[in-house]
Amino acid sequence: MTVAKTLYDKIWDAHVVHQDKDGTCLLYIDRHLVHEVTSPQAFEGLRMTGRTVRAPEKTIAVPDHNVPTTPDRENGIENPESRIQVDALDKNAREFGVNYYPVNDIRQGIVHIVGPEQGWTLPGMTVVCGDSHTATHGAFGALAHGIGTSEVEHVLATQTLIQQKSKNMKVEITGSLRPGVTAKDITLSVIGVTGTAGGTGYVIEYCGQAIRELSMEGRMTVCNMAIEGGARAGLIAPDETTFAYVKGRPHAPKGAQWDAALAWWKTLKSDDDAPWDKVITLKGEDIAPVVTWGTSPEDVLPITASVPAPEDFSGGKVDAVHRALDYMGLKPGQKLTDIEIDTVFIGSCTNGRIEDLRAAAAILKGKKIKPGLRAMVVPGSGLVRAQAEEEGLAQIFIDAGFEWRLAGCSMCLAMNPDQLSPGERCAATSNRNFEGRQGRGGRTHLMSPGMAAAAAITGRLTDVRELTGEPVLTG
Amino acid sequence: MDKFTTLSSVAAPMPLVNIDTDMIIPKQFLKTIQRSGLGKNLFDEMRFDDDGNEIPDFVLNQPAYRQAQILVAGDNFGCGSSREHAPWALLDFGIRSVISTSFADIFYNNCFKNGILPIVLPQEQIDVLMDDARKGENARIAIDLESQTVTSADGQQFHFEIDPFKKHCLLNGLDDIGLTLEKVSAIDSFEAQASQARPWV
Ligand code: SF4
Repeated sequence: MTVAKTLYDKIWDAHVVHQDKDGTCLLYIDRHLVHEVTSPQAFEGLRMTGRTVRAPEKTIAVPDHNVPTTPDRENGIENPESRIQVDALDKNAREFGVNYYPVNDIRQGIVHIVGPEQGWTLPGMTVVCGDSHTATHGAFGALAHGIGTSEVEHVLATQTLIQQKSKNMKVEITGSLRPGVTAKDITLSVIGVTGTAGGTGYVIEYCGQAIRELSMEGRMTVCNMAIEGGARAGLIAPDETTFAYVKGRPHAPKGAQWDAALAWWKTLKSDDDAPWDKVITLKGEDIAPVVTWGTSPEDVLPITASVPAPEDFSGGKVDAVHRALDYMGLKPGQKLTDIEIDTVFIGSCTNGRIEDLRAAAAILKGKKIKPGLRAMVVPGSGLVRAQAEEEGLAQIFIDAGFEWRLAGCSMCLAMNPDQLSPGERCAATSNRNFEGRQGRGGRTHLMSPGMAAAAAITGRLTDVRELTGEPVLTG
Repeated sequence: MDKFTTLSSVAAPMPLVNIDTDMIIPKQFLKTIQRSGLGKNLFDEMRFDDDGNEIPDFVLNQPAYRQAQILVAGDNFGCGSSREHAPWALLDFGIRSVISTSFADIFYNNCFKNGILPIVLPQEQIDVLMDDARKGENARIAIDLESQTVTSADGQQFHFEIDPFKKHCLLNGLDDIGLTLEKVSAIDSFEAQASQARPWV
């Protein structure tokens, strides 16, 4: 008799190098992605101990967090500390011989966009990166999660990671999404239900018809924010949509190897009777376009709602909501659609892919942003940027009044010059609305690209369906 | 990495829930290429005003807590970014243990790589320790890793769970990479077998 397994169990089992009596495993890592912020101390550690990179051909480095996104960046990075980090990555990548996309390579971009785009991320792999949004790659049915810098050094030196197995959680989205509702609304709504700690200790598998109906871009958006729900990783079983996306990418298998890979990938799904430690089910029809109002990604509400009061909560959350409303400059009872914004940021590893830019451009076409507003689009990679230019999307953004930037993390975390000022309020397609995330004192509302585009036109948080004329149905 | 065996210290109370790594060490301090020196920027935006002056109300600015080696914190401590700068900053400030009802996964793991002991206890016990913490210098909390206990100021003893491997490494200050490299032949044979089974990887 074979034991029924989840997808996570299957990928895990295929990568165990060694298991200790207490269950601690040494897990083999197929792909290691590296960026400039969390790697310098790891490479330095290798140097100090005389160790080398065990599998440079499985290691991929790209600078993204610090890089300027203004057109003048080929002239170099002005901020000396950012420059030192990007230079350190350059030196380390070349010295240790890993795959590398330097700042001015057209393939450069946010590490979680570059990996899938270049075909480095494939179904059934283990993928790690010194970055919490590594969860993104789970969209391919790869076990992908963030690690700390000590672990980056560990993977560089050994191509393995010491791991304890997580529990299995199933998040099922039944039925179909309503018009105007996107992958971003799914992932935010799930966090609204589970809370930011609801996934702690689990690997989530997202399934159900609404997930199946998503493109790869949408699936990446969903898995990207598994970490905001506290989960170690998010997974979606690979299917024809996945295989079609992967096929022909520069580092995807070809010929006979493709056939062999495909045969294995098709087995990568949870068995029907697999045991789950936790199950959450949402109806696709019930999900509305949502925004965040507070300073935690769990502070999510449908755009048709109003700002809540601290008394609506219990426990430690009451104080946190007091603090959040104070920080965000909001009053209980205020309608979300009355909140005026100063800035719009479209980009990040959550929503910086071509489909996201298409969705925003569809709303903006032939329209102008509200006068006085600051708005920018930061494509997730140089290739996304090039494609958007080819499709005419860039021109739509520029005509509407957006700045059209080069690829990088940019205002998602404001380590480069793209930052909010104190009190500045931003409609953002990124993934974190923490205090100070987009600049000290900056106020972030998270939402989908279409919603951010709608907010850019009206200058306030806006139900995208107001502009598209789609019916406002909330479940 | 420094060993962790026992610790007795004043504890700083931080009851706020969901304290994230952006709060622990804001991103402008991530541009270093070293591990040390981050303690002065720990909790920077909560600890200092725009002009760089200390905010007197913030717990670690109060005389009783300047030397605290323990934090007692609200739920889900360390959520957000995977930055190991967060435990580096805590350690550089002098914090060796954080006690909470729950921790974010990556932060929890990162602590162990740096000789910091994160302790998970149920809410009722956190309440007792939070009360102790609020008493400042009048209450010390004692931690014994070998026996897996936390002792409150009035002598109540709480047992905590910890993974045996992590405990062993922390007690002995062991480097993970060195331990793993002892298993290099297992990695070699895994790679050989995997390159047959999944040659496209
Ligand atoms: S885009 Fe934002 S969340 Fe994504 S890797 Fe960059 S900083 Fe992190």
